[in-house]
Amino acid sequence: MNFEKVIFAFFIVLALTLNFGFFIGDPTDPEQHHIYELFAAIVVSLIATVLKVGDRTHIGAVLLATSLVADLQLIIAALIWGYVVHVAQSGITPGEMSSIVSMSGGALVANILSVILLVAETLMIRR
Amino acid sequence: MIQEILFLLFRRMRLPLIVLICAYAISVLGFVLIPGQDDTGAVWHMSFFHAFYFVSFMGSTIGFGEIPYEFTDAQRFWALFTIYLTVISWLYGIGYLISLIQDPAFQNVMRHSRFYYEVKRIRDPFYLVCGYGDTGEHLIEEMSQRYFRSVVVDIDQSRIDHLTVTDLHLVVPGICGDASDPSVLKTAGLENPYCIGLVALTNDDQANLSASIAAKLISPKLKVISRAETLDYEANLLSFDTDHVVNPYSSFAEWLAMAIHSPSMYLIHDWMTGLYDKPLSEPLVPPKGTWIVCGYGRFGKAVIEQLQNEGVQTVLIEAEPEQTGAPRDTIIGSGTEAVTLNEAGIMDAAGIVAGTNDDANNLSIIMTARALNPGLFAVARQNRSRNTPLFQAAKLDLAMQPGAMMAQQVAALMMSPMLVQFLQLAKHQDDEWANILISRITTLTGEEHPITWKYKITAGAAPALYETIEKGGTVTVGDLLRDPTDWECLLGSVPLMISSPGEPPVMLPEDDHVLHLGDRLLFTGTTEARNRMGWVINNFNALEYVLTGIDRPSGYIFQWLHRERTRA
Repeated sequence: MNFEKVIFAFFIVLALTLNFGFFIGDPTDPEQHHIYELFAAIVVSLIATVLKVGDRTHIGAVLLATSLVADLQLIIAALIWGYVVHVAQSGITPGEMSSIVSMSGGALVANILSVILLVAETLMIRR
Repeated sequence: MIQEILFLLFRRMRLPLIVLICAYAISVLGFVLIPGQDDTGAVWHMSFFHAFYFVSFMGSTIGFGEIPYEFTDAQRFWALFTIYLTVISWLYGIGYLISLIQDPAFQNVMRHSRFYYEVKRIRDPFYLVCGYGDTGEHLIEEMSQRYFRSVVVDIDQSRIDHLTVTDLHLVVPGICGDASDPSVLKTAGLENPYCIGLVALTNDDQANLSASIAAKLISPKLKVISRAETLDYEANLLSFDTDHVVNPYSSFAEWLAMAIHSPSMYLIHDWMTGLYDKPLSEPLVPPKGTWIVCGYGRFGKAVIEQLQNEGVQTVLIEAEPEQTGAPRDTIIGSGTEAVTLNEAGIMDAAGIVAGTNDDANNLSIIMTARALNPGLFAVARQNRSRNTPLFQAAKLDLAMQPGAMMAQQVAALMMSPMLVQFLQLAKHQDDEWANILISRITTLTGEEHPITWKYKITAGAAPALYETIEKGGTVTVGDLLRDPTDWECLLGSVPLMISSPGEPPVMLPEDDHVLHLGDRLLFTGTTEARNRMGWVINNFNALEYVLTGIDRPSGYIFQWLHRERTRA
């Protein structure tokens, strides 16, 4: 067992699960999407990105790309949230909530792709 | 190349970046979780937005104050903790980055990539020179003096460092690498469209061979010049169309034999191929008679062979005759003691050649020999260029530096193949011929070092000359020698050779030799003569003037006025 691989897979899968946890639920209901979960998803996604950087294989490059997409979508979701609450000060309406959740939905797809690639690479090695 | 640097940077910076992300995440989360009070005293929770804002400026500047509401003590506890956490992670990250930049491996990658881009930016024809030893150094200096670009590969980093501090006219990119490694050669621009040739001058025959093969396989159009110490390698190199193979030992011996046998011919060779700023060497008059040769290494062997070919009687002195396979009548000794020299008959000898591979021994041989027989013609081999002051102080009749001589030879091969052809043909002429040529050149150039130049009569290189001949005009060599500023005067220049396509070249053509399209001309003379001749072959009016002696007016109005005046 390679301890480095454990950490690598842990963060990639955790990024997916946290992202999924935030995404699941009625997209218009702010009660069903907790901000802490979004925060955790962003932090873990950033760590996963840094772990992927520096791999020179082709699959490594695609993994990095999916991670960057996830970061981008999650950060945009957080920015929308911050804008709505602090700048517009309108409070979260169902419409705005749904756009935040759909952003995180996009990140979820990227994270799923990332995990699929990870599994594919693992199966290819067969060790 | 840039990618490589970025990858290295990111891979090594992984841990510091993760530490930084974690430190920020923990700090932000703490501020969100810890309850505070707003201005009315009610319980208030910091939002992620405010927490991230506070941590961002705190981490980098230790804060502007407690915003948006004054902190509670619990929040201050947390702020205290996070100040140290973020500052330490920043210090760790930045310190790591700086140590990474100073890392030898990283520096090496940086050097490689700088070199790679330097070579890639070259927009002039250049030569790839492998090996920056004594010969390489002379060659690069010579090339840069003639504004010829080059790129250097040497296996020793200290030589590359020496190259970077040498004061040259041009920037010469250099890299520390093995010349027998094709990837190094590729980085050094072997596949670059501006690379026109490769010169392998390392002191390892195998490396020279590998570099030459790589050059011929990867870019077959390149001109390849290689150094080879043994006949085996010479034959091997020539077997795959290496353009020129230079053997330092035999060429040294050839030059020495030429200097003894035909001093004027030696002088012509030396002047034509020598460095421009070198003082003009004086004609030598080596005496006839028996010559003593000290040292029977590869140099000594080549020297003895050449001298015997010239019919010169030789006596050999060698310290270890059995190991070197010296002939039976060899005098045993190093040549540095009077006893050995006396035994060799120093009193009756005409000259002495100190040809060992040790400069101190060579000087010692010459000094002892001179003390015994002051009239001796002394020739010494100088192995290291840094010993030049010693050899100058020793007032030798001839000091021969194999490295410099080989550099001259290689420079002539790569920069003026026509000159090489001329010198080859000149070897078949006698000393009388050379004497006449020398005196012709010296009357024209005086103290100035003569330079050589060549033209090819094509529409691009010599437009005025080309068009005049194409229209049926007759131009002779003598016409080109006239001064375009004063028809009556002659330029300080001697035509050395003319070669027409499909015909044997004409040596020292007469003034009435008629020029044809496609001819290649080789001249020697002063720099001024070259510049003025360049004007003649490019400028119609100047050419017309040297042909007719009439200063043709330029421009339609002046031409019309001129016609009117001549009619009247």
